[in-house]
Amino acid sequence: MSKSTKTIAAQLAKTCYHCGEVCAEEIIPYDEKNFCCTGCKLVYEVLLDNDLCAYYDIETNPGGTQRNVSTRSNRFDYLSDQDTILKLLDFQNENESHVTFTIPLIHCASCIWLLENLHQLHDCVISGRVDFLKKSVHIKFNHQLFSLRDLVLLLSRIGYEPSINLADVGNKDVKPTDRKLIYKLAVAGFCFGNMMFFSLPEYFSEAELLGDGFRGLFNYLNVGLALPVFFYSATDYYRSAWMALKNRTVNMDVPIAIGIFALFFFSLYEIFLAGQEGYLDTLGGLVFFLLIGKLYQQKTYDTLSFDRDYKAYFPVAVTRIKQGAEEVIPLTKLQVGDIIRVRHEELVPSDSILLEGDAAIDYSFVTGEEVPVVKKQGELVYAGGRQKGNPITLTVQKSPSQGYLTDLWNNEAFEKKEDKSLESLATRISGKFTVTVLLIALGALVYWSYTDVALGVRAFTSVLIITCPCALAMSTPFTLGNTLRIFGRGKFYLKNTQVIERMARVDTVVFDKTGTLTDPAMASISYQGEILTQQTKGIVKSLVNNSTHPLSNRINSWLESVSPETLESMEEIRGKGLVGYYKGQEIRLGSAEYTSSGTDGVVAGNQVFIAVEGEVLGCFSIQSGLRPGISRVVENMGQGREVHFLSGDHDHERDHLRGVFGSEVIMNFNQSPVQKLEYLKKLRQAGNQSVMVGDGLNDAGALRESQVGIALTTHASNFSPASDAIMDATALPSLPAYLDFAKTSRNIIKASFGLSFTYNAVGVFFAVQGLVSPLFCAILMPLSSISVVVFTTIATNYVAYTSGLKKKIM
Amino acid sequence: MEVIFLLIGISVVMASSFLWLFIRAMKSGQYDDTYTPSIRILFDQKVKTKEKEVPSSKSK
Repeated sequence: MSKSTKTIAAQLAKTCYHCGEVCAEEIIPYDEKNFCCTGCKLVYEVLLDNDLCAYYDIETNPGGTQRNVSTRSNRFDYLSDQDTILKLLDFQNENESHVTFTIPLIHCASCIWLLENLHQLHDCVISGRVDFLKKSVHIKFNHQLFSLRDLVLLLSRIGYEPSINLADVGNKDVKPTDRKLIYKLAVAGFCFGNMMFFSLPEYFSEAELLGDGFRGLFNYLNVGLALPVFFYSATDYYRSAWMALKNRTVNMDVPIAIGIFALFFFSLYEIFLAGQEGYLDTLGGLVFFLLIGKLYQQKTYDTLSFDRDYKAYFPVAVTRIKQGAEEVIPLTKLQVGDIIRVRHEELVPSDSILLEGDAAIDYSFVTGEEVPVVKKQGELVYAGGRQKGNPITLTVQKSPSQGYLTDLWNNEAFEKKEDKSLESLATRISGKFTVTVLLIALGALVYWSYTDVALGVRAFTSVLIITCPCALAMSTPFTLGNTLRIFGRGKFYLKNTQVIERMARVDTVVFDKTGTLTDPAMASISYQGEILTQQTKGIVKSLVNNSTHPLSNRINSWLESVSPETLESMEEIRGKGLVGYYKGQEIRLGSAEYTSSGTDGVVAGNQVFIAVEGEVLGCFSIQSGLRPGISRVVENMGQGREVHFLSGDHDHERDHLRGVFGSEVIMNFNQSPVQKLEYLKKLRQAGNQSVMVGDGLNDAGALRESQVGIALTTHASNFSPASDAIMDATALPSLPAYLDFAKTSRNIIKASFGLSFTYNAVGVFFAVQGLVSPLFCAILMPLSSISVVVFTTIATNYVAYTSGLKKKIM
Repeated sequence: MEVIFLLIGISVVMASSFLWLFIRAMKSGQYDDTYTPSIRILFDQKVKTKEKEVPSSKSK
């Protein structure tokens, strides 16, 4: 297959057998199947040769398009570097190496099947194991005949190129897998269940079915089962309570710890000294239910990462030119003054000066604006931009961690530990709660001690036991855990439940403009110049149809209804424009310079000129459009919440934005990343509780400094800067509803506090009279906990349903 | 009634062994990925067996 037949297809609905995309540019027929590009065909050939075509049977069109994949063979050369290899590998012995790659393309059953059958592609691969939710594959291979570089090449040959970035080769932390909570829960559940068995006869002790021998045995068994609960399962509560007391505060865990201690030691006293049955079954149940609540609160999203910094985005390797020869070195070894080469679709890793080549830098990850910025020789190119076009040569000015953008991470805002020292609702209440409980208990002790000291002690411990705030402690995790899940279903992913409490207090909403308020795909296009005939429009259509440049795409969608003309030939000159020939005439579409139209009439924004035979007909002006529904967001933000805009752009859109959003919005233009951070800091110092919505690396500082930083993405698994929450762009119009819901869930917590206080009041009424029995405890405790859980679950779901955040009630 | 002592002993030992099995399963990572195995089990082994039959059958 040397040169395949190229057909500039009009809208023939032929889709690629590999990736399922419409073959717009060309169709490559091979083996009675159609392919959209040689890349897809090559993958098919590899799979066909190795008898792995079942890949295409499990799902139709399972592959990812290979159109934009770099085919440069030396791009993985850095994987020959021994340091890099060691940092990437999980395990290595004499023959075998284990490595885990993240492969963003993993999306279907075919992917799993193929990656787990890698050993059929190459003998040296021992096995592959996919974790679908994490989009990762764990590969064991024989490294003596097959290097890590070969493995990555093999993966990229079948279209599954792993994403390897600087964070991967940084300090590889061992994942703190939080299995401890599960073990504790398992132990508590086991002990609780068995204790219930042994306590059950006690509840019906009137029946006198069992002799004293059994009674003693059951009690001692209960003590034995209570030991792991007290000394292992409940330890988190002691630690947390101790830490709180050390800091001279009282959190919810303090009354819990007091309750657990009272239950345990009073039961020991009863069983060993008083010859009674104790409350150990209640203790087991209490710890078990509390731990369930804790587990429910921990909802993690496997594919999302809330802690990414620039390292997760930067490449591992860079091409350096030394003595006229290219070499691929790890980024960590790059030094100031080095000369580097950056190719099409590669990232500029550090602030550098352009030496030669046509630079068209796409800063979409930095600013959210994806139209490339043209740079001239001698100009400074900031790190984080992606080159679109021919290779460029640059000289490094600053080390990757010291750049204009990455310098943000040296700001003190990033030094701080995650200590947003806002007291949670539960913490504030539990302080008063603990004091009240202790006062009541002491009161009962003093009151009864006048007549009967034993009864006084009994009443004292009973109060501590009965008020152990199980229901109270469970209302918060269940309400917030539920809210977290409701948000997650609406594609609004929170880092943890504390974010909800912070969201509930927000009074200031700050938006980044580019990429957050505006959507590159919603561009508005206006045409100025000579009126275009239907034929010319058709020519333009077929020109832009064959280009992947973002501006071309926008013009293409603007010319939606136009049917393309057939061109004699066409060519894309990267960084400049498009040229096509139609009936002998040369038609150019591109920048002012390229179409030789001069710079007159150039206004702000992006412009594309059209010229026929060197004569300019007119130009398309493209302005980024606002996201659908965005104006309502500001409107619905409602009373008591200020709205601010921060933009890195010039203020030429100020009037336009004011017209759309009204004059109450506070707008700031020409903001550098550091200024954005400072702006949020000022808001914080002024006592405002702010939420920041941003999307690019340039917002990372502001996201960090705000009370709640929300990173907006179009694909949740894509890159997003470190933040408290990740929101899918489609969920943005519901932001006011989410903020309101966060407030409501606070009210639900308050209501369920009221409910559990009622139970406590009833319990205390009996406790102060010394009337509490183990049976009474065993009934009241689970009853209160379960009813609180049921209440919060129903309430949150109902509110979510009525506010439109959820389709079904349950 | 003394048999109850024995039965209780057996029940506690059994329950403990279940707990131990659960913790062992947890440690071995069985619960780390609860989604992929549900897909994996549906794959046909056809391709593999075919391949083995044609070039080098076991009945040599």
